[in-house]
Parts: sequence; C-alpha cells; structure tokens
Amino acid sequence: MTDLSKNIQTLREKKAVVEMGGGEAAIEKQIAMGKLTARDRILSLLDKNSFHEYDLFVKHDGRDFGMEKKDLPGDGVVTGTGTIFGAPVCIYAQDFTVAGGSLGLQHARKITKIMDHALKMKCPIIGINDSGGARIQEGVGALAGYGEIFYRNTIASGVIPQLSLILGPCAGGAVYSPALTDFVFVVENISKMFITGPNVIKTVLGEDISMEDLGGARVHAEITGNAHFYAMSEQECFEQVKRLVSFIPWNNQERAKAVEPKEPSAMLNIEQVVPADPKQPYDVRDVIKCIVDDSDFLEIQELWAANIVIGFGRMGGETVGFVANQPMYLAGVLDCDSADKAARFIRFCDSFNIPIITLEDMPGYLPGVDQEHAGVIRHGAKVLYAYSEATVPKITVILRKAYGGGYIAMNSRHLGADFMFAWPSAEIAVMGPEGAANIIFRKEIMEAEDQHAMRQAKVKEYIEKFANPFVAASKGFIDSVIEPKETRSLLLHALKLSVQKEEYRPAKKHGLPPF
Amino acid sequence: MENKEDKEFVDFIVTARKYKTLLTEKYKNRQVWHKPFLGDVISNLPGTIIKIEVKEGETVEAGQLLLIHQAMKMLNRVVAPVSGVIAEIGVQEGEKIGKNHLMVKIEPK
Repeated sequence: MTDLSKNIQTLREKKAVVEMGGGEAAIEKQIAMGKLTARDRILSLLDKNSFHEYDLFVKHDGRDFGMEKKDLPGDGVVTGTGTIFGAPVCIYAQDFTVAGGSLGLQHARKITKIMDHALKMKCPIIGINDSGGARIQEGVGALAGYGEIFYRNTIASGVIPQLSLILGPCAGGAVYSPALTDFVFVVENISKMFITGPNVIKTVLGEDISMEDLGGARVHAEITGNAHFYAMSEQECFEQVKRLVSFIPWNNQERAKAVEPKEPSAMLNIEQVVPADPKQPYDVRDVIKCIVDDSDFLEIQELWAANIVIGFGRMGGETVGFVANQPMYLAGVLDCDSADKAARFIRFCDSFNIPIITLEDMPGYLPGVDQEHAGVIRHGAKVLYAYSEATVPKITVILRKAYGGGYIAMNSRHLGADFMFAWPSAEIAVMGPEGAANIIFRKEIMEAEDQHAMRQAKVKEYIEKFANPFVAASKGFIDSVIEPKETRSLLLHALKLSVQKEEYRPAKKHGLPPF
Repeated sequence: MENKEDKEFVDFIVTARKYKTLLTEKYKNRQVWHKPFLGDVISNLPGTIIKIEVKEGETVEAGQLLLIHQAMKMLNRVVAPVSGVIAEIGVQEGEKIGKNHLMVKIEPK
C-alpha cells in the first residue's frame, strides 16, 4: 500500500466513525420515535449526491463535569451545503443521537459558520432543529452559542430566505432561532416547541399539561401561529420544504426562478365561485385556483387565522404572493392574528421581489372586547405599514365587500396600489349598508310609523346608491371595473407592465413598524 | 380540508349585518370579559402566603401592605388597591394558592 492510499484509508475510517453519530443503539432509539437521523434528513431534502459536509472533525469544548473524557462525534450537529432542484442551499441538522443534540459552543460555531457562508454566498439557509437544549455542562458557553445564532438570523433576515424545521424538541432559548426565521415547519407527534416545559409549568403554576397540548405541532400550526407548514410525517415535511424553495428566490437581489406557464384548470368557473349575496360565504382559495397557473397554490399558515389566506402561486410562470380575505371563516374580518399573518407575508414578498396580488372581500374588523384589549389597533396597523412600505408590484382585485378601514388596509390605491381592479359585485363603502342606513337615516327611521319598513327601504336606497364599485371608480380610486372572467388576463397584463417597476422610499436606518 | 357540505355556517354580525360563516376554534374559545371589581385582590400567579398583615374589619389605606405572597422565587408585597374596610380574607398563612384566587376583599370607602 502506498502512503497516499494509506492516508485515504485513514480518512475513510475517521469519517465512518463520525458518521455513525451517537452509535447504533441511539440511532435505533431515534428511529423508534418515528424520526430519521440528522444525515438521513439532509439526504432526503437535498438533490441526490449534492450534499457536501463541513466540519466533521470538530471537537467539543467541555472541560468540566467529566465532559473532557467524552467524544461527541461532530459535536452533535451535521452542517454543509447542497442543492434543492438545483438551487444552492446551506443546511444544518442537529443530531439527537449525540448527547441529545445539546448545544455547546463548538456545536453553535459549526452552525454560525454555515450561516455566515449562506449569507456570503447569498443562498437560503435551512436549519433542522432536534435538540434537548443548552449543554448544561458548558454553562455560559452554550448561551453564547445561541446568542451568536440569533444575531446571524437577524442580520440575514430579508437578505436570504431562512427555513426552520422542528423535527424533535426545541425548547427554552432554542425556540428563538426558528422564531426569527421566515418559515417554520412542524410535524405531528415529532415537533415540540416551548419556552418552559410541562414540568416547570406544573411545579411553578400547578397547571398540568402534556408536551403535545402545550407546544405540539398542531398547537403551533393552529393556535400560536409560530409554524407556517404542518405535516403528518417527516417525508411530507421535506416535500413541503422543496415546494417552498421552488417558489422563492435564492436571495433579495434575485427573482424567483420562472417555470413554464400553464393555464388554470378548465374545470373551474370563476363566475360561479362568489355568491351574489354579500352575506353568503365561499372559499376564496377557489378564486385563487381560477387565476393561478395550473391552479397550483401553495398555502402558508393554512390553519392559523383562517380568516385570511396567504401563499404563493405563479402567474405566467413567475412567482406571486396572494393575500386574500376568507369569507368562509369569521366572515373574512381582519383581527389581531390575521393582521399579523398578512403583514409578515407582505414583508417577505417585498424583501424578496415577489409581486403581491390582494383579493378583497371583507366586512371590517372583528368586534369584541378580547380583540380591542389584545391590541387590534396596533396589530391592524401592521397591515397598513406593510402594504405602504412595500415597493414590489401591488395589485388589488375587489371581489365583493370593501368596507371602511378594511378597504383602506387591503392594499387600496391610497396605500400605493399600482393597479386597482373591482368586479361589478364590489361594494366599496364606509361600512355595511345596514349600519350606514341606521346612522344616515336615523331621524327618518325613528319618525316613521312603520320603523322596520322604513329601515328596509332606506337600506335598499343605500345599497342602490353606494354598494357598488362605481362611486369609487368615479373618483379614480379604482382603475377599472372588470368582469370576473377577465381577471387572470388583466392580472397577467398588470404583472407584465410592472416588471421594471421602480419606487423609492426616503433613506433611513429602518422604519418602525408597530410590532 | 373537510368537505364543504359537512360545515355548519352560523350567523355572524359585523356592523349591523349578518353574515353566514364558520367560526375558528380560537374564536370559540375566547375569554368572555367581566368587569373586575375594584376591591378584589386576586392572585395573578400561584404561590404561598407567607404572612398576612391585616385583619377582617380593619380599615386600610390604598397602597398599604396586605400580605406577602411568595411566587416565582420572589417575596411579593401585595398592597391594597383602594382605601376601605377589609371585608374578607380568603387565605391563611402558609397556604398554597393557585392563580386567580381571591386573597382579600376590600369594601371601598
């Protein structure tokens, strides 16, 4: 054997040891929990043979409590680069089989190194979280590690897309890295996220709750809004990640890669989706499917704040973001959660050069003490801020109701919409006809012999006069009143016209959105 | 998503108009608001009553120390929110209490 082949043999042996992670017994335990190993997760996500691993031979920093005698392969995290559908990505996966995936300083430094690399190379960063938390034996070194990750998440925000997969426990300080990233993926029975776990809550507060009920996948997908994508298995989660990556650009100086345009499904008829009666519900996603290429829509945060729908589709092969009121839930009102959901998505689209199409059909804000006390004023203001701030192409189609503050908030002309379309069924008014008639004709109604009949007559009068798109069109607030079946072709036209759109804002360090 | 036929649409009023729609779980589970009573001193954390400084029938001034409530590793000074007469003391020294427990009731002056 030559010296070279001996050296190669040594390298292969060394690699094989590290690649076994925590060893066979630990891997079996991981698999028994329905989880893949860190390396298998990365291999499942990336294009075949595209993964290149970094820092295999990094050693941990522990010098106390017997840690100095322990060898932790890869220090409990796998990092590297690869591609997804040919798009370059940087990736890391915490390895639960090695010391419970606990985070020490070198573990964190491997992560920050790959994050720095992603920022410099301007490609998305994907983090797979599966960790028991800070490595207590390393003390403040572990805390330093978290802080250095959070700092980079913030610096990279709006420059490169950041995706977090929660494929195991992610508790205490560790939750703040995913929270700072753009998209969080959770899997039923596998993901657990919380600041303080059930044990502490039981001891301190006496409240008895399971991990699943406190911070399981469904809780974050439906109640807290911390998660953006919810899957029943790791495999489904990986498919969601790949699909999302196909819709977004590599960084904030790029556009998302265009694909071959396809017509929407011929099975759908846009004229039959929206009921003429503004009080009747329907699923606004059916309208989106009538408009987008191939009727293919990737919905984000499907379960949380269902009264607004957000997600990506393509128009003429190019990615667009959709924001649409959903009359099927809570009549499509804006409230604290739906405002947060829409505003964050609008800001993502604006950061990453994705045009925004707004489909509007909403009766106003959700009434209630809980909403007022939860700060619906400052939450609702985020939508105004996000739309006004955005300089990507902004197009609105008013389908039916556009009342009051909601009309202003949902990308109105007044907030800088580039194109304003309205269907003939649009009602653009200061409030719903019943409410308006009660105020305007209060005296007539009160003095009438038959108050009910007079109220009905006055509501009808108001509807005829104001519940239409023509008053707004007469002031130029709407550019054109269009037939529903013209929607797709006019949106394609508007998008084509705005390809070279340039709009500037005064120079500033940063704005102050009402967080 | 569930089948549309299975869904039960309910009436939902926004500015005097009734809409047919579905409710979200979060909306259904929202807390109904009740006006808080000024003289009720309620625990906002579970903990232990270490010492009680007042007696029933005693007149107290707003800001006067009522009791020491240990919670979250802190000895919290619970003071009278209003001036008045102690109508009821709902705890004993050494007692462990939960959240939202009525500790002291004051009849405001």
